[in-house]
Formats: sequence, structure tokens, C-alpha cells
Amino acid sequence: MDKQNTFLNWIDKRFPLASTWKAHFTEYYAPKNFNFWYFFGSLALLVLVNQLLTGIFLTMSYKPDADLAFASVEYIMRDVDFGWLIRYMHSTGASMFFVVVYLHMFRGMMYGSYRKPRELLWLIGMAIFFVLMSLAFTGYILPWGQMSYWGAQVIVSMFEAIPFIGETLHNWILGDFMLSDAALNRFFAYHVVTLPVLIVVLVFVHIIALHEVGSNNPDGIEIKENKNPQTKIPVDGIPFHPYYTVKDIFGVIAFLIVFCGIIFFAPEMGGYFLEDNNFIPADTLKTPDHIAPVWYFTPYYSMLRAVTINFLWIDAKLWGVFLMVAGVAVFCFLPWLDRSPVKSIRYKGPIFKTALTLFVISFFVLGWLGTQSPTPTLTLLAQIFTVVYFAFFVLMPWYSKIDKTKPEPKRVTK
Amino acid sequence: MADSFSINNEMSKRRKFLVAATSVAGGVASAAIATPFILSMMPSERAKAAGAPVEVDISKLEPGMLLMVEWRGRVVWILDRTPQMLETLKKLESQLADPNSEKNQQPDYAQNETRSIKPEILVVEGVCTHLGCSPVFRKDVAPEDLGPDWLGGFFCPCHGSKFDLAGRVYKNVPAPTNLSVPPHVYLSDNILLIGAESKESA
Repeated sequence: MDKQNTFLNWIDKRFPLASTWKAHFTEYYAPKNFNFWYFFGSLALLVLVNQLLTGIFLTMSYKPDADLAFASVEYIMRDVDFGWLIRYMHSTGASMFFVVVYLHMFRGMMYGSYRKPRELLWLIGMAIFFVLMSLAFTGYILPWGQMSYWGAQVIVSMFEAIPFIGETLHNWILGDFMLSDAALNRFFAYHVVTLPVLIVVLVFVHIIALHEVGSNNPDGIEIKENKNPQTKIPVDGIPFHPYYTVKDIFGVIAFLIVFCGIIFFAPEMGGYFLEDNNFIPADTLKTPDHIAPVWYFTPYYSMLRAVTINFLWIDAKLWGVFLMVAGVAVFCFLPWLDRSPVKSIRYKGPIFKTALTLFVISFFVLGWLGTQSPTPTLTLLAQIFTVVYFAFFVLMPWYSKIDKTKPEPKRVTK
Repeated sequence: MADSFSINNEMSKRRKFLVAATSVAGGVASAAIATPFILSMMPSERAKAAGAPVEVDISKLEPGMLLMVEWRGRVVWILDRTPQMLETLKKLESQLADPNSEKNQQPDYAQNETRSIKPEILVVEGVCTHLGCSPVFRKDVAPEDLGPDWLGGFFCPCHGSKFDLAGRVYKNVPAPTNLSVPPHVYLSDNILLIGAESKESA
């Protein structure tokens, strides 16, 4: 024991170990009323670590070459010892990353976690979301199957829609005049170096920003406003360690049960996590009869193809691309769109509850539509729900203001 | 907290100038060093050199049949249209966005009613002008999924764009323009050169 203390003291004289541990674990006070919805931040961190670790081992056997990539993935699946497990951990991890991140974001929307003073925290989170989407996109290209190829073709073609510089930008992104080996090679570089470094840095910054402003909670009130006069500790706060480390370990175990269940029993998830067409090598001459992105992109994909009318001087194609980008970017404006006097859904009125419900419904309907082949009826449905989706954000400054709210409590409740 | 950022207010004029000058010089240097890296990502010399024209023998092409060839990594369709197929072109004009091919999606010699040099032979890039998928050749008339008005044409499975048998785009679909007609020339009756307008320029 003494030896250990001597060693820690030696470290502490040279690196702020004890004070960092205190500031971020044992003396970081989080609200005591966290519920189920507060598992997903730590779970996202867990999945990130899973992706980083499994990713390193996949790169040891993968070949980023248009002629070799598909076969090298099959090699990992068949000939590398436990290669199948590592790859399924990585591919399932990708989908589960979006599951936990979408739930994490929905938590923020319910309890107003984006409101002052957490605007910047929310924006950093959005930056992480953009990087995550780029990671998912570049990662999905690597097996160079039919969906890899044609999915990338669609996404990269979107840049061509940008006026004037579109074509040059498109060629610059691909390093060729069409999607080819050059693009696969550079997307590999982004996927294994650029984007992972970026996401790790952003996650670090996200946590630093969180610990500066402190966590929000299901009641949406600031626990820092009510401190014990002697100790200066928030009366409704409990130390992150051991209280929430223990709680999060419970969440991790529950999550891992589900995660392992998927890996061992349904790694393809009926074509939603790994699509059937991606088990066919890329054929540059033939688009599969039915193409759809992986489930986590389908809501935005629906918006992309919902626009079929030229409007003003801009054609439908560019509007589609614009809506798709706006569909993601619009979350960034939430801190300034919400004019409600209260943060949490617990004290918000019926209008907000209805609006949030409609938003969730439109997200799911658009997600489902994105997996279907387009027909006139389904396109009309996509148009209607795209309007509903955006109405949630665009009308928020008005409906959040006139909504009938309940008074917030002074202390956190159960 | 804010105080730690307010030192600048007390800066002398001279120091302010030096900070500004250093920032500008640093900015120029950053832009200069970024240039080679950004340009290294443009298509390489090897990529630029690829894409030679291709010669195609169409003597075995039968009426109603579609031949696919690869040119510059893109698929080019060669369709021998039957008289019935050619008749559909006129009927569809009211449903098309650009029936007279006014947008610059074809060489001058293909800017006509059939969008082709020989009326029956259509040569067109099989790349949807929306987001680059390859549409499916659907010559079946009035199939269940495309509706009773469908007279045959190309349907893009990605986002539902529709084109007629001359590669002309329908109204109210995501694709903005007609399919692109590549430069091509008949070297003889049955030998087609795609990607150039004469043997010499190839």
C-alpha cells in the first residue's frame, strides 16, 4: 500500500493525475436523478472503443484495392482465425453506434439538454455526429460490394449538383473521373486515420465541455444553482465515481448481452446491418435492382429523393441534396429555436409533446420509406413526412413560446 | 476568466501590427503548403490517360436488344429500337421534361427526334443524371410496378427517375436532364466508335 502511494506521489509531482481523477470522477458531481436515458453517452464511448480496437485488427488483413478488397473481406470471414468475429463486432458496432447516438440525441431533445448553457456542448456533439456519419459512409465502401459501390456513387454524385465547382470537386474527391480504385484507396485513408483521430479528439472535447457546464437531468433544472453553503457541493449532485460508474457498468452489461446476441445470431440483421447486395462484388456496369443505404441513413435518403419538383431557379436534384444536408444540420439550431421557459419535456406543454411525437413518427416513417423502392404513393408519403420533419424545427420558435408549461421544481424529483 | 483574453486591449500599436503581419504571413504560408497536398488529390496522370475510345461491332445486335459496353468506366448502352419502340417516342412527348433535347446533353448530330445518328440505333450513357446509378432497361409495356402508361424505357431503381426509349427524362422525377449521349461515330455500317467523332481524333 505504501509502495503504491509512493509511486502515485512520484507521478503526481510530474503529472496532475490525482487532481484530474478528482475533477472528472470522484468530485465531478452529476445530478442524482439520472434515468434510463442517461446510459447512452457512456455506451457510445464503449462502442467507439470497440470500433477502434476491432478496426485495428481488420486493417491487418484488409486490402484497400479495387481488385483485392472484396476477396480480402471474404478472407477475413473464412480464413483468418476469429476474423468473422472481429468483422461482425465491427459491422454490428457500426449500427449500434447509431442506435445509441440516436437515443443519446433524443434524450437531449426530450430534456432540453441543448439549452443554455449547453449550446456549445450540443454543437460539439453534432460535429461528432457528422464525423460518425462520414466514418460510416467511408467504412461501408471498403468491402467494395455492390452496395458499397453504388451507395458511394450516389453520395459522391451529390457533389456534382453544386453549381459551377461541382464537377471539379467531384473529380477531386474521387481522384478520378469516376468511382474507382483511387477513391477506394483514399476513403480507406480517411476511414482508418483522419476520421478516427478527429472523432477521438471531438469526443474528448465533448466530455471536457460537459464537465465544464455539468450534466443536465430529466427535470431540466440546474443543480449548480443550489449548493450546500458549507461544502459548495450541489445538494442534488452525487459523485460520478462510484455512483454513475457503477450505474454505467450495469448499462454496459445489458448492452453487451444485446450486442453479443446480434453478433452471434443475427449479424446481418435481415439485411439491415449488412445488406444482401453487398455480398456481390462491385459491378461498375450494373446497379442492383433495389438499392437502399444502411438503415441509419434511410431517413435522410428519403428526403433526398422526396424532391421531384424544380423550384425557383434550382432543379430538383440540388434541392434534394440540400434537404438531405439540412435534415442533419438543422439539429445544430435547436438551442436557438427552442423558446420555451422550461427545458424538460416533464414541464413542457401538450404542443411540444405532440410536436416531438410527430417528429419521431416522421423519422421512423422516412427511415422505413428509405428502404423501399420508390413508387408514386411512397414518394408522396416521403414528401409529407419530410414536411412534418422540418416543421418540428422551423415552427419551434412559435409553438414552444405559446405552449402551456408547468412550473419547474426547485429540487430534482424522482 | 474573461480577463485572460483581454491582454490584447493593452497592446501597443506596434505589437498589434506585428501580430497582424505575422498572422498574414502565417496564413500565406499555410495556404502555400496546403496547395501541393490538395492538388495531389486531383485525378492522376494515369487516370487522365485512361479513357480511350472503344470500338464496338453491332452486327449481332438484334431489334429490341440492348448492348452494354464500358467506356471510361461508365456503361454505354446501344439499343436497336424496333419500329414499335420508335412510335412510342412521339406519344410520350407531353410527359417529358425536355422532349426536344434542348439542354446540352448530346452532340449536335444527336439532337433530333430519336437522339441518334441512325434512327433505330440509340447510343447513350447508362448513367442516371440524378446521382449516377445505372437505370434498368424496362421494355415491358404497362408492368405492374410502373403503371399502365408505361410504354417501355429506362427506370432508375435508386430514386425512381424514368426515361423514355430515347433516354429523355420524364417530368417530376429527381433526374434533372436527359441521359447523356457520348460522342460517337460509325466507322462502317456495323462498326461503332464510342468516345470520339472520328478515327483520327481518337
